[in-house]
Amino acid sequence: MAHARSGLSWAFAALVPLVFLGVFFAWPVLAIVRLGLRDGGVGEALTAAPTWELVGFTLGQAAASTVLALVTGLPVAFLLARCKVVGSGFVRAAVMVPFVLPTVVVGLAFRALWPDGGVLPIVLANAFFNVAVVARTVGGLWAHTDRRAEDAARALGASRPRAFASVVLPSLLPAIGSAASVVFLFCATSFGVVLVLGGARYRTLETEIYLRTVELFDLSGAAALSLLQFAAVLAVLLLGGLARRRRETALSLRGQVDVVHRPTGGEWGVVAVAFAVVLTLLVPVVGLVVRSLSTVDGWSLAGYRALTGTGERGTLAVSGVDAAMNSVRTATDATLLALTIGVFSAVVLVGLRRGRTPWGIGEALDTALMLPLGVSAVTVGFGYLITMDALPGDLRTSPVLVPLAQALVVTPLIVRIVLPVLRAVDERLRQAAATLGASPWRVWREVDLPLAGRSLVAAAGFGFVVALGEFGATSFLARPESPTLPIVIARLMSRPGQLNSQMAYAACALLMVVTVAAVLLIEKLRVPSSGEF
Amino acid sequence: MSLRIDGIGVRYGAVEAVSEVDLTVADGEVVALLGPSGCGKSTLLRAVAGLERPSAGVVAWDDEDLAGVPVHRRGFGLVFQDGQLFPHRDVAGNVAFGMRMHGVEAEARHKRVAELLELVGLGGYQKRRVTELSGGEQQRVALARALAPRPRLLLLDEPLSALDRALREQLAVDLARLLREAGATALVVTHDHDEAFTLADRVAVMRAGRIRQVGPPTEVWRSPVDVETARFLGCGKILPADVALDLLGITVPGRVGLRSTALRVDSSGTLEGVVEERVHRRDHVRLLVTVRDEEFEAVAPVAEPPALGDRVRLVVDPDGLAVLGDQADRGE
Repeated sequence: MAHARSGLSWAFAALVPLVFLGVFFAWPVLAIVRLGLRDGGVGEALTAAPTWELVGFTLGQAAASTVLALVTGLPVAFLLARCKVVGSGFVRAAVMVPFVLPTVVVGLAFRALWPDGGVLPIVLANAFFNVAVVARTVGGLWAHTDRRAEDAARALGASRPRAFASVVLPSLLPAIGSAASVVFLFCATSFGVVLVLGGARYRTLETEIYLRTVELFDLSGAAALSLLQFAAVLAVLLLGGLARRRRETALSLRGQVDVVHRPTGGEWGVVAVAFAVVLTLLVPVVGLVVRSLSTVDGWSLAGYRALTGTGERGTLAVSGVDAAMNSVRTATDATLLALTIGVFSAVVLVGLRRGRTPWGIGEALDTALMLPLGVSAVTVGFGYLITMDALPGDLRTSPVLVPLAQALVVTPLIVRIVLPVLRAVDERLRQAAATLGASPWRVWREVDLPLAGRSLVAAAGFGFVVALGEFGATSFLARPESPTLPIVIARLMSRPGQLNSQMAYAACALLMVVTVAAVLLIEKLRVPSSGEF
Repeated sequence: MSLRIDGIGVRYGAVEAVSEVDLTVADGEVVALLGPSGCGKSTLLRAVAGLERPSAGVVAWDDEDLAGVPVHRRGFGLVFQDGQLFPHRDVAGNVAFGMRMHGVEAEARHKRVAELLELVGLGGYQKRRVTELSGGEQQRVALARALAPRPRLLLLDEPLSALDRALREQLAVDLARLLREAGATALVVTHDHDEAFTLADRVAVMRAGRIRQVGPPTEVWRSPVDVETARFLGCGKILPADVALDLLGITVPGRVGLRSTALRVDSSGTLEGVVEERVHRRDHVRLLVTVRDEEFEAVAPVAEPPALGDRVRLVVDPDGLAVLGDQADRGE
């Protein structure tokens, strides 16, 4: 039977991303865990009271940061999706900048404002990173939802806030749910920020794992905490998956042209809040640029000039410019890889839902795809080092390893951005195409791809900048002769010398420029949302 | 060149949406699946299109079993209730879609698009955005889109239900003409008997997942197979033969179903009743009258309608009667 076959082939297709995850994620992580378990000590760590304080603090700060990111991100999403105002292009680009900044650098930027560190700057810095996730993910769906449902509610006597709460918000819930789970995982596994701002007082599971692995060589303790983190992440993902399951229903998607308009009345208030959020986001960014230009001797371009060299007393193996070029190449490879796997996975997930495949294989894949977000990138990077020897070819020393690790980090993001839009495409639209003679592949190309085009481009851009700024896993895997820009920055920061830190700030500024350029380019290349694709 | 449905059943878990349906659609024939909502008629249509997997039975075209043929290779056109036009394509892009899938050359496509838009009364609409069209226009585009690749069978799922009444009646007539002109073989799902009788050569009445009666519209209309079918087809009152003879003075072979038009106010009538309620309709006045303590619906002309409480004379209009058939009349 054609249908039974298609259900099976979807299930079979689900194996492709699962195998990728198995080889490049589960295996390295399990190897690390096994390494830890072999020496015992897991039970000991799990019964210790400080462990549970760590868990509490990790989840608590993540929850607070997530709420803050949602509250500040939604006005920006509204502005991006619905408003035709001067400066929305600027907002679109500006909101992306914090997201790409290397975590260590953001940590330093916030420390300049709160010299003693503490919980508040940790929460602020985590939210600072993730406003973009909320704005882009929610904005992507918002731009495509039919405005008339809201108009109908208003005509039925609902006030603007009431219409928003009862009509708009429910239709955005899939995207908000997606964004919230991604942000929560990012915040729960946030590394550089907590390391810099928390000091010895405020530690999360992630920084503790790092400290135990790298500084104390307490692998069993680190493994125990990894397991704990893994379990917590799994629990959050399953809850999120269950909540999302019922909400991602068919919406009437429309081209954006139909829904963009000039704000009216109270909407200006929301727009003002959005601009205020974006300007606030720029404070640490501008501070950074100022810092890159100012030396003890006054304004100077010394840091930028130094980028063509290898730092004070040859701190680096290559020049800053070479590192930048390498960053772009690596991030491009990672993005292409992640896009392939991510989009394939999203299509499979939609197909599995449609085919009424039993065994919960859809939920399993959905959850599995999110897991890399929740596992310490440090653990993954370390795991690669001890497992990749077993694969054919000299993968461990190969330059392919870094893009692979980055793709692993980027793929879940791409899935989360593309999936809500694909799921919102009315199934009958696909059926109409099929009855007109379009094969399943053709249906995807003619219906899904054009309708999801915008979010695909957004996902690619997002993936690219995340890969560009990835630090945790890359720091383990990048070879000294081919470092990426964030690695170079961290190395420069850790070495003494006025020129080194000046150069680090300049490299940060450079990274921001590249990010902004990439974001602007993507906006230009964006597929027009109406007319022939 | 014919569709044969043989013992088809469709299950959703424990629920049997369609059971043991047999039906044929001959070349150039238009068959309507008529039934109340939730009776399984759309599910049956989707099973024919290949969008639902039957749990039993065979869907065959020219004796070729279609079980292994996926949706896109069946060559069956489908029109949804709400069009489901591709929002990212203009009108021409929608109509040409099926032809592109079949590799028709651009020039031939343009020609046929123009021809079909002309046929559905939307000549020159090629470059219009589908989101700017009215509901009726969207449905016409959907029809043109489905007809464009010359499907061997056209499946219409409540094609006019989303439209307002005046438009629906107009489009039903247009659609009937279009289907005849195109010589289309079609299966139409509808809950509206006017629509079914306007469009179809034969009507299949469905209820609770089963086909209860198949026949030409007049036959189904005049002699519904059982009480529920008669009620679904507008018979508000069902009388046994002896009661009908006693009350109304009509002689029928079995039970008789009375529609609202069965009794007409006419001074030459032999029946007498008292007007209890009165409602104005477009082209007549509908009354509720009591004849010898039994309530009946009746109609009166719009000019000089009787007032409440008036005694009126009534005649029986044979067109408003349906004689319930016996079991032998059921199906094929």
